[in-house]
Amino acid sequence: MQSTGTIHKFGDDIDTDLIIPARYLNTSDPGELARHCMEDADPGFAEKVKAGDIIVGGKNFGCGSSREHAPIAIKAAGVSCVIAESFARIFYRNAFNMGLPILECESTEKFNTGGTLSVDFDTGEIILQETGERFTTRPIPPFMQELVQSGGLMKHIQKKLKAS
Amino acid sequence: MPMTITEKILASHAGLDNVAPGDLVMARVDVALGNDITSPIAIREFRESGAKKVFDRDRVILVPDHFVPNKDIASAMQAKMVREFAHEQELTWFFDAGEMGVEHSLLPEQGLVLPGDLVIGADSHTCTYGGIGAFSTGVGSTDLAAAMITGEVWLKVPESIKFVFTGTLNPWVEGKDLILYTIGDIGVDGALYQAMEFTGPVIEALSVEGRLTMANMAIEAGGKNGIIAPDALTEAYVKDRAVRPYAPFLSDPDAEYAKVITYDVDNIEPQVAFPHLPENTRGISEVGEVQIDQSVIGSCTNGRIEDLRSAASVLAGNKVAKGVRLIIIPTTPTIYRQAMKEGLFEIFMNAGAVISPPTCGPCLGGHMGILAEGERAIATTNRNFVGRMGHPGSEVYLANPAVAAASAITGKISGPSEIVGKG
Repeated sequence: MQSTGTIHKFGDDIDTDLIIPARYLNTSDPGELARHCMEDADPGFAEKVKAGDIIVGGKNFGCGSSREHAPIAIKAAGVSCVIAESFARIFYRNAFNMGLPILECESTEKFNTGGTLSVDFDTGEIILQETGERFTTRPIPPFMQELVQSGGLMKHIQKKLKAS
Repeated sequence: MPMTITEKILASHAGLDNVAPGDLVMARVDVALGNDITSPIAIREFRESGAKKVFDRDRVILVPDHFVPNKDIASAMQAKMVREFAHEQELTWFFDAGEMGVEHSLLPEQGLVLPGDLVIGADSHTCTYGGIGAFSTGVGSTDLAAAMITGEVWLKVPESIKFVFTGTLNPWVEGKDLILYTIGDIGVDGALYQAMEFTGPVIEALSVEGRLTMANMAIEAGGKNGIIAPDALTEAYVKDRAVRPYAPFLSDPDAEYAKVITYDVDNIEPQVAFPHLPENTRGISEVGEVQIDQSVIGSCTNGRIEDLRSAASVLAGNKVAKGVRLIIIPTTPTIYRQAMKEGLFEIFMNAGAVISPPTCGPCLGGHMGILAEGERAIATTNRNFVGRMGHPGSEVYLANPAVAAASAITGKISGPSEIVGKG
């Protein structure tokens, strides 16, 4: 699977309150959450983001709350994947569980807002279109790949339920 | 093979003799927990999967505590969905208004989480129960849905960092200050994916409440769990509350750690975390002049009876500064009643505080004390992210209950020794 999209660059320690503020957690409707995605980090984000765009962060992306509303909001906003230097563990887990592709790249310094990235999810290779520069990402652990192949954790569980 | 307490709990729940950091295990959960914000998504996924019954009606616990008593119609709809599911599934432990408390105060208090347990909760502060020697960690709604159906969760065995606290605590230094100091030292991703094991003579002498506060904020350093070896104090806290038998674990003396970090607490004064990350800590003597509009004493971090007593000892005979709102939130009905019986409410009301029913409320900018643009609060809560307590242009400073109380009196961030002269 491959994806090409425009970069929206954010900094280190992007917390879940920035991704989706708690004032909007009185709903879990994906469309509604998407309208407020990244609102406190970049108030215009929801209007300008286009299907297939890519969010890039620094270290510790998604720190804070366990709210699955965070990856739901990002996915429903049309973002094709999130690339960061590291992810907070609950966000990492949630993203895989609900099928939002995320990739860890040692340095995201060269990725800037407005740039274009091509991502190959099978090889984990990223190409910065403007310069042609190639970047490798940390391989996804086999168990997580299995989850993705099953279509997320719930599909994985359903398969197991049907088998038993 | 020597193991840490975290490794032992994971091994025992995965039916294995040994586990090592990096192993992926499928583990049995003792408790799966959800609240009014995270459960609705889990319930929807539960239904979509075709599942009919939760794996064990005694072990799925639902606590609508975040936006309850319902703050608006949408929140009421979410709480209703959780209530209906709890009734349909005949859950033994569902806590509605009147019985409801802030989940991480309520579960240890009610003996529902116990030493040696493996607990997952769709709430990041589920790591609180490490304070009584459980492995507990926050997960998302999908993980909760899966655990509600299967009674299991997949986990990667984390490396452990051992923190050793030695020396003598300074006046007004509490569990909150030790954990803020630690986060200030290692940073908000300093324990990413790792277990934080708190040890040493200072921890052994620390109250169970203080230990729960420390484990509660392990997530603020990126930790998977915080954990403290259960001991006689733990046993005294747990024995008359436990709703079922339990089996505590201890780390082997020769267990392996990714890192050992030692802190001499003689060097630690009450801590304040400045906006907008919990790692931005300073000692109270280095805070300078920071005016506040609001002080909040409560939350799963610091809303237990010991915290209210500490605040009351500072507030007694004093008045909240003009223009400052002091909001005090006893986090469970039991704590509320106890505070009332001890006369703490008299002290709080004489000082000019407002006493809220148990709720997470303002901690996450829900209700019961939202900040306006440009306003500043000191809070005994756990996060000071942008917009955490309200308007994105407001600020939250984190501290212990005595500091929050002293600051309410002076109208600026202040150490309790300025008020009580104990320091």
